[in-house]
Amino acid sequence: MKRYPDVTAVNGVSFSVRRGSCFGLLGPNGAGKTTTVEIMEGIVKPSGGEILYKGKAIDHSFRDEVGIQFQSTALQDHLSVFETLRMFRNLYDHGADLDDVIRMCSLEKILKQDNRKLSGGQRQRLLLGLALVNDPEVLFLDEPTTGLDPQARRNFWELVEQIRGQNKTIILTTHYMEEAYRLCDEIAIMDHGKIIAQGSPKTLLKEHFEDVVLELPREDVSSGLEGFPFPVLERGDCIEIFTPDVNQAVAQLVQRNISLNRMQVRPRNLEDLFLELTGKELRT
Amino acid sequence: MIKRVVAIMSARNLEFLRDRSTLGWNIFLPVLLVLGLGFIFSGDGRPMYKVGVLQDAAEINTEAHPFLTTRYVQFFSATDQADAVRKVGRHKIDMLIQLQPSTRYWVNPDSPKGYILERLLLQTDPTIERAEVSGEAVRYVDWLLPGILGMNMMFSCLFGVGYVVVRYRKNGFLKRLNATPLRPIEFIVAQVLSRLILIMAVTVFVYAGTQYFIDFRMQGSLLTLFLVALIGSVSLISLGLLVAARVSSEELAGGILNMLTWPMMLVSGVWFSLEGTHPIIQQLAKIFPLTLILESARAVMLDGATLAQIMPQLGTLLLMSGIFLLIGATAFSWQND
Repeated sequence: MKRYPDVTAVNGVSFSVRRGSCFGLLGPNGAGKTTTVEIMEGIVKPSGGEILYKGKAIDHSFRDEVGIQFQSTALQDHLSVFETLRMFRNLYDHGADLDDVIRMCSLEKILKQDNRKLSGGQRQRLLLGLALVNDPEVLFLDEPTTGLDPQARRNFWELVEQIRGQNKTIILTTHYMEEAYRLCDEIAIMDHGKIIAQGSPKTLLKEHFEDVVLELPREDVSSGLEGFPFPVLERGDCIEIFTPDVNQAVAQLVQRNISLNRMQVRPRNLEDLFLELTGKELRT
Repeated sequence: MIKRVVAIMSARNLEFLRDRSTLGWNIFLPVLLVLGLGFIFSGDGRPMYKVGVLQDAAEINTEAHPFLTTRYVQFFSATDQADAVRKVGRHKIDMLIQLQPSTRYWVNPDSPKGYILERLLLQTDPTIERAEVSGEAVRYVDWLLPGILGMNMMFSCLFGVGYVVVRYRKNGFLKRLNATPLRPIEFIVAQVLSRLILIMAVTVFVYAGTQYFIDFRMQGSLLTLFLVALIGSVSLISLGLLVAARVSSEELAGGILNMLTWPMMLVSGVWFSLEGTHPIIQQLAKIFPLTLILESARAVMLDGATLAQIMPQLGTLLLMSGIFLLIGATAFSWQND
């Protein structure tokens, strides 16, 4: 639990993370994800409760075994990427070979670049590199791809997948459901400082949904869908129909002279799950 | 521990050395100040003149001599003639006059203010006898140089360390360091060493550069002076770290640092001596590290004081450093409260 004078940020959150797995904390901004991981990291002192690592309460030596990438971290001005990596590497008694870190995070071409001149993607790769210099057993990634363009985000996911392949435990917070779905073995969905669902992404979706989603552009549904036999949701410029029986839903649409040329059928995703659980959009 | 301290210190040194504007400011400001103030203005610009009057009474009787009625001149009682004459030679007093048993005066021939006072005095009493200041009189610039170097050290140590740590805390860099095995004391020692190396290098450079332009007075040992600068810098850096131990707002840090630097600028003897000021102010000035640094530096440079003679000041500075560092390390916070 973490209580501030004017707000309780996290309350009654309890979970365990399996060694070698990727665990995701998913939720909108302000849900309590960052507070939860910073308590786990030992950065924020909890108001109540305890954090156990390998069965023992965490202490100062815990810092030697974990790598942390915060949501936003400033680096020293006027230092190059290599100098920054070297400085952080020297803060640990044991750790990874810097060449390995540089290669893994694809930093070869920017080693001499000033920290201030890095692009968003380069910067995130450097911050990931800094989190790996001590060859950590546990890696905390707090919204590592927020603000990156789609290509940089996908590149970053590939990096995380490589790290996961080294049997490291990863604890990731994100509000991108696609990120959580792709990277995480298990997720906990948070809202208002509490966990509202937990499990593997596939299991959670299977537990909560038996239907699929038909997506239609709003302008193609000019005649309206009053009295439609399945739930209908207007989301942006899109009309979504949730149905366990696609044939029946399509027949209904044809009957109402609605064009199906631009209709898409997709399975339920974590965003739908969050909407289902909380009644609100994930990215709010 | 040493590896971590060196890592943080080296990174900070690189950051400082590559920040050309800050580096240039640290080197050229004191040189310009010494040259500008020492030569262009040839004085400290204060409207007040200080004249010691050799008599026991605390109150100066203005009827004793017409010169004592001169406005904008502060007359104060001086009882120890030898000490007062020495102070004239060191620009601590602009003039010394004796009314009993005979009337005579001492003035530093290199003091611009002494010259003006002498002209005024001779207007009121053309027959008054002029006495020589014993020993070699120092120029104002000789007296000013330690003040300028000390002031530069003060600003560099307090703002250079205090601001940087507050900025690191505000932008989250300290929080990132907190996620490593680095301990507060290691970070603090690294900051002290980093700034110490830089400020000593800058001070030596400015000292040598100024010596090239101005053949200023250096009576004591260079090694002793170096030790004064070293211990003085440690005390000022420690004070800067104490201010920055918890603060995360640059505005607040700036306010606190200004609150410390301005009184030191005014009463620590950077620009003018506190001779003749109220005893409370003179005592108050002694709580500031800069006062002790300048006292020691001037004693070494102008009077050739030995290490043993300035040990009380250096000892106090070391004690202050220890207290500041202890409180700073205990109160240190890695992130915004």
